[in-house]
Amino acid sequence: MTIALGFLALILATLLGWLLKQSFNTQPWVAEVVSETANQGPLGTNSKLIALLTLLAVVSSFFALILSAYALRMELGDWVPLSEPQLLWTNTAVLVLASIVFQWTRNAAANGRTARLSPGLLLTGLLTTGFVVGQFVAWQQLQATGQFITSNPANAFFYFLTGAHAVHIVGGMYVWARATAKVILGKGDDPAIARSIELCTIYWHFLLLVWLVLFGLLLST
Amino acid sequence: MAYVAIADRDHEIEHHDPQTFITKYIWSQDHKVIAVQYAITAIFVGLIALGLSAMMRLQLGFPDQFSFINPENYYQFITMHGMIMVIYLLTALFLGGFGNYLIPLMCGSRDMVFPYLNMLSYWVYLLSVIILLASFFVPGGSTGAGWTLYPPQAIMPGTPGVDWGILLMLLSLAVFIVAFTMGGLNYVTTVLQARCRGMTLMRMPLSVWGIFIATVLGLLAFPALLVSAIMMLLDKTLHTSFFMPAISLMGADPGYTGGSPILFQHLFWFFGHPEVYIVALPAFGIVSDLLSTHARKNIFGYRMMVWAIVAIGGLSFIVWAHHMYVSGMNPYFGFFFATTTLIIAVPTAIKVYNWVLTLWEGNIHLRVPMLFAIGFIFTFIHGGLTGLFLGNVTIDLPLSDTYFVVAHFHMVMGVSPVLVVFGAIYHWWPKITGKMYNETLGRWHFWMTFLGTYAIYLPMHYLGFQGVPRRYFAMGNTEFMPDSAQDLNAWITMSALFVAATQVLFFINIIWSLKSGPKSDPNPWDATTLEWQTPDHPPKHGNWGHELPVVHRWAYDYSVPGYEDDFIPQNVSADDAPAGRDHGGAH
Repeated sequence: MTIALGFLALILATLLGWLLKQSFNTQPWVAEVVSETANQGPLGTNSKLIALLTLLAVVSSFFALILSAYALRMELGDWVPLSEPQLLWTNTAVLVLASIVFQWTRNAAANGRTARLSPGLLLTGLLTTGFVVGQFVAWQQLQATGQFITSNPANAFFYFLTGAHAVHIVGGMYVWARATAKVILGKGDDPAIARSIELCTIYWHFLLLVWLVLFGLLLST
Repeated sequence: MAYVAIADRDHEIEHHDPQTFITKYIWSQDHKVIAVQYAITAIFVGLIALGLSAMMRLQLGFPDQFSFINPENYYQFITMHGMIMVIYLLTALFLGGFGNYLIPLMCGSRDMVFPYLNMLSYWVYLLSVIILLASFFVPGGSTGAGWTLYPPQAIMPGTPGVDWGILLMLLSLAVFIVAFTMGGLNYVTTVLQARCRGMTLMRMPLSVWGIFIATVLGLLAFPALLVSAIMMLLDKTLHTSFFMPAISLMGADPGYTGGSPILFQHLFWFFGHPEVYIVALPAFGIVSDLLSTHARKNIFGYRMMVWAIVAIGGLSFIVWAHHMYVSGMNPYFGFFFATTTLIIAVPTAIKVYNWVLTLWEGNIHLRVPMLFAIGFIFTFIHGGLTGLFLGNVTIDLPLSDTYFVVAHFHMVMGVSPVLVVFGAIYHWWPKITGKMYNETLGRWHFWMTFLGTYAIYLPMHYLGFQGVPRRYFAMGNTEFMPDSAQDLNAWITMSALFVAATQVLFFINIIWSLKSGPKSDPNPWDATTLEWQTPDHPPKHGNWGHELPVVHRWAYDYSVPGYEDDFIPQNVSADDAPAGRDHGGAH
């Protein structure tokens, strides 16, 4: 559980630091003139961004706990390390590309170059779909060599981790699809679209990071 | 840049005045309606769970007298009672119910930041409840694995509901977690982003603090339950061996290889212990506000109360293994977890002292909500003190499988939060409905519930010391148990049935109040917090009419020296305060 605890310590330390900053040396019982910036927190004022960051904390907690379980289960006698299909390297590269293209699209949106949005979004979608399909093919390859989910706990964790990660990507694709539809159909104003692309990009980078951590762990054990 | 309160910016708030009955009361995006929907659903399943506990008590008090209770459904009753009460009643009611109602009103916002997501949260919660209740009707019935669902027995033949019940239970939990996450994102974002002008964090009422931190705990802890539920589902359906050890079943090999049941326990309690505080922290917050309002005194040590809530929340993540002493562990681990467990008593004791000191020399009005709040202090201290016993490894080992533990956790996280739930419902009832309830009936309800729960749970501690084991369907002929243990069990059952029956008073009261209760004053308790200052009573959609309130002071300006009234609402500026003389901060 060390992994989960370390992660939690990080989150709680952030929360605590922020709280102390807000509460230390205040005298709540004193009635006073309202300060103009009374409730502008350190995180800025974008509610959707706050909600997304909170969601990322929840998802991190989810993966940190699986990794904790992984570490605990690995120590038991019946663990046989799995040799991952080489395809995963290609998939990783595709996901990295998806993130790069998404970042490029985000920059275009932020700078008002709206012509670049739909090719950027479509390419991102294509690459991301490619990643998910690639993961599925990797599963097929494993099963073709007789490595089923029940063969070994290492396999079970491999299927569980990659599956859970893919589900999160597919969830992100839903938001991506809404943003893309808005761009292609010409609905919605530019700032709103830019904001939604911005949030999607953060989510994509986050899932790339999660994947790199997972992949690194799978390779090294 | 000129400051504009976030809730004032049009693009952040979806204005959607509901027109028809359906958009107003069913597919509603109004946080107040969603809160009531959450509360009604939670109380409904809570009543089912109450019925299940009555059945268990019938068997324990009068063994083998009732043909409709056999060992299998006794275990199903235990499991469903525990799971419903902890998750589908208390978590949903405190966060989905009170969180939804109080956060926007107390923070001075028009609604949750994401009203549509909020609505979705309720409907997904309802789905999880329906899946849960469906498990009563599938072949084999609901699962009887105990609310902790420990493997391997949870998914091995011999446990009731092993075919369908356990699947539906795990599925329902997963769906509940999705619902909670949607709600939780809303609560956190609303508290951080949508407070009205002047509502600094350190001016928020403690109710909001309790709910806020409990939500953070939930968001971080529920994934542990989700992970364990998914892994157990895989073990059950695909025969992986995450948790399932190599095991022989009636001489046959079910195909599991060396998984670790202990791993499940770690994951489960990593969620399970914070869950205790997910239920307790909102209760702490609400009770602080009830005590302060009805004692006409500012809460003692406000900042300390906030920090204590946060400290308890943080510590609650590093005590989980105290639920696993009997599973066997390295003595140093046990020592570590015993120590952290006892450390939690420090911020908790700070809170208790501060509640009592708030009452000290207060102008105490023993109205119904206050009775429940003071009742909570009693039951919580009793439950908390037995927790200090059980936190120690050497005392926990002999007591862990006895009724002492049952008595302990029912006092501390059953009775105590439920007393707060009742207190809070009575307190905010006039605001929610615009009607008053019957005070006398409310008092009867309190005294019978309060004394009744003592009649149930005090004797249970003695049973525990006698070594009477929990989880048993029938005690049989056990030599170490005196015959009087059975007499005590009969007494407990009678008391439990009595307490369950007296809850009818509560329902009579609210139904009478809804039908023919007198109209209430907009601020019947002379409270300072914002929800009592709404322009409409009860508050309408959007809460605040045209203009959002502006907050000038904290939530606890009661009996401020030099002022005419014994309370100054949060949205009254120093210049407008009734006596006109500025004594702000002089107390």
